[in-house]
Amino acid sequence: MILRSPLGRARGLGSSRSGSDHYWAQRVTAVALIPLVVWFVASLVAVTGGELAEIKIWASKSYNAALLLLTLLTGIWHGALGLQVVVEDYVHTAMTKHVALILIRLIAAFLAISVSLSTLKLALGG
Amino acid sequence: MTTNARPLSPHLQIYRLPLLAKCSITHRITGVGLALGIVLLSCWLAAAAKGPDSYQSIHDLMVSLPGRVVLFGFTAALFFHLVNGIRHLVWDTGKGLDLACAKASNRIVIGAAIVLTVVTWLIALA
Repeated sequence: MILRSPLGRARGLGSSRSGSDHYWAQRVTAVALIPLVVWFVASLVAVTGGELAEIKIWASKSYNAALLLLTLLTGIWHGALGLQVVVEDYVHTAMTKHVALILIRLIAAFLAISVSLSTLKLALGG
Repeated sequence: MTTNARPLSPHLQIYRLPLLAKCSITHRITGVGLALGIVLLSCWLAAAAKGPDSYQSIHDLMVSLPGRVVLFGFTAALFFHLVNGIRHLVWDTGKGLDLACAKASNRIVIGAAIVLTVVTWLIALA
């Protein structure tokens, strides 16, 4: 006999009350990163001269700037989710664990804002 | 503040990790490494957005020999994590989980990661 309601099962909430959202976000960002990373590496190789002027011309194409932002933001999100799991798996002292988890999120947020501003500045020619 | 003194399994000082387990822990290690890589990448982007002087100093660092070794390491980590991550996504569908399949995909993952890393650097340096 199943005592959980169908709605409870559909939501996938076990005794921990959460977790499936993290699992899905990790997978969805992983799938998105497959083409994005291939594009990103190919782009880096293409502008391998590495001159700033060359990078600015590359970033001034709006599809490049958009894809770069998408790659970096998805990567930061995916990385924060991954680091969270690593901390949860290996850090078992409550204080250290919670401080680490909060730091991961704050740094991820900071990086997301930083790369957004940098990319926009490069793309719009600051 | 004490950590629970509970037994670890498998006991890492006695149990010799099979290749599959080494791939698993390498996936985590490369993941953490790539998270640090995103921090460096955002620094590089910020320097490019700031102007030619700050960009030049970070660029000089990148094309120096130690810089290139680090970049090569990030490339290898990125491709291993990418290819092994695709294997994890396949595993998530319930396919390829038997031992024979997993041993075969070990070779594919390691081989593909090496080939992609070397080819990328050959193209970049050409």
